[in-house]
Amino acid sequence: MERTIYREIKPTPHVWIAGTVLGSLIALAALCVFYIEHHGHIVTGMTNQIFWGIPHVFAIFLIVAASGALNVASIASVFGQAAYKPLARLSSVLAIALLAGGLAVLVLDLGRPDMLLVAMTKYNFSSIFAWNIYLYTGFFAVVIGYLYVQMARGVAPTTVKAAGTVAFVWRLVLTTGTGSIFGWLVARPGYDAAIMAPLFIAMSFSFGLAVFILVSLSLCRITGRDFGDFLLRRLGRLLGIFVALVLYLTAVQHLTNLYAAEHAGIEKFILMSGGIYTVLFWIGQVVLGGIVPLALTLGPKGLQSRRSVVLASSLVIIGAFSQIYVIVIGGQAFPIDIFPGYQANSTFFDGQIANYKPSAVELGLGGGGIALTLVITGFVAVVLRILPTTLSDANVASAK
Amino acid sequence: MTTIALAPGVTLIALGGAVEGKADPNKRWGLLIDVNKCGADCTACVTACSQENGWKDTGHPQTDAQWIRKVDLKDMATGREVSLPVMCQHCSTPPCVDVCPTGASFKRADGIVLVDKHACIGCRYCMMACPYKARSFVHEPLEDQKTDVPRGKGTVESCTLCVHRIDVGGSPACVEACNTNGHGAMLFGDLNDPNSDISQTLREYPSAALRGDLHLNPGVRYQNLS
Repeated sequence: MERTIYREIKPTPHVWIAGTVLGSLIALAALCVFYIEHHGHIVTGMTNQIFWGIPHVFAIFLIVAASGALNVASIASVFGQAAYKPLARLSSVLAIALLAGGLAVLVLDLGRPDMLLVAMTKYNFSSIFAWNIYLYTGFFAVVIGYLYVQMARGVAPTTVKAAGTVAFVWRLVLTTGTGSIFGWLVARPGYDAAIMAPLFIAMSFSFGLAVFILVSLSLCRITGRDFGDFLLRRLGRLLGIFVALVLYLTAVQHLTNLYAAEHAGIEKFILMSGGIYTVLFWIGQVVLGGIVPLALTLGPKGLQSRRSVVLASSLVIIGAFSQIYVIVIGGQAFPIDIFPGYQANSTFFDGQIANYKPSAVELGLGGGGIALTLVITGFVAVVLRILPTTLSDANVASAK
Repeated sequence: MTTIALAPGVTLIALGGAVEGKADPNKRWGLLIDVNKCGADCTACVTACSQENGWKDTGHPQTDAQWIRKVDLKDMATGREVSLPVMCQHCSTPPCVDVCPTGASFKRADGIVLVDKHACIGCRYCMMACPYKARSFVHEPLEDQKTDVPRGKGTVESCTLCVHRIDVGGSPACVEACNTNGHGAMLFGDLNDPNSDISQTLREYPSAALRGDLHLNPGVRYQNLS
């Protein structure tokens, strides 16, 4: 095994093309934001019944994946798995980029993004949202510090481990905070569950690793660097374990709700009669995002290959969007039961299942968040030495 | 309101404080709604609120603000039908205030729950947290606003209990309209004053809070609902 050498990626024509496409998507997202801010949210699909829409699905996906993307670095520094060490820098950069992309979408969907300074200066500490502002900004600082000690010369391994441990604990707290945005809501039957925090942590492990696998493979591919089969399949097996964890916690979430008669309505809605939400739950989340990737990564040896890991990672991301859509939009679509035992009807749609159709401008904004994440990652890879010259199995410690 | 002249023609105006100054911590304003007296087809309270506060039907029912709404209920076990107005319940421990990241959602000393439009960033988390679906997000640019009732595109709003009328000794527009219309289904008063009409009626007759299981101690109570 040779020493790992990190090199900036060269701005080849492929890199420029990718940068141009992604830059155009960011410019398109900026136009969408101006359009929404000028006309108001009336031009989106959001309403007074469903007021968190597809931008929030994108934002939550990116924010949750951010903490998960850091896992590869944590496994290397905190848990001492040498095979993951060459990927640790990229893992840290991707984590920062994902969080930046997610926060950009979240902030630009605000009714008053121009008032962001207020959110930075006025805090209500009984709000988990306010705590999250600290957790998110702190995450940037902690991970940038962690990246610095990984890259600086002459830093003792114990210092890297200490920085990695702080980042690992911070990311667990951060995802707890994100899950608690829903878990602490007593008003709505789809939320109000302590399991939201561990569920979101499991989701972050899975979604973050899936994004990491696809981004690191793509970067190696467009720069002509090797990515060893064994390393990829090892990452795939880890992804399979995380997918299983998400499926397990999802099962516990719904079984717990099914046991309580008061939650029978929301469970019937999500699991059986919710139309798009039921389809997304069973087909998107459970089958495509759960069972199939599980089989591709942990199933029979015959199924396991480079392609199957790539396919599993892509399916996990489809499942991730399905799951977050069901949680965020499905949880709002089901009516609040203000009058138990009564059938309610009003001009404000009491007692009715709410409709939501994402608009093109919302999708444009969400897509801009993903593009921003990829541009940041690619730009950092061009200017900093975060990607090894080779990730071939011969060059990666304990890859076998 | 504090004003400081920074330079000729440039004045720094500090808003806030004045409203808080009028809130009496010894009072807790509340409403008691007698469901039996509420007319099934009557929407006088809704019309009065709309006219008083300037929110209106723009032809977009999914996105229009509704500070108060009439809800028609049918008891699924007995078939009994009732109609009643629902608005911000002005909780003693309001979830909207707990979750607001900037403190824009706040409760005055006299129990009225409001949104500070200068601090609301339009995140809509309070709408997620409200168990009564009492809040609306302003989806469109606004015109012809009422001078007493500040509103803003991109911010969240809800019933203010007509705080601008209360602060000058008046009562909410919905209550006035209900009385004028002859129903007298809405009683407004100080819940902290044992001699007020609302306190005496609450003491004498059974009443209920909506979503009583949440223990939010709302300032709006309902009589003859169950």
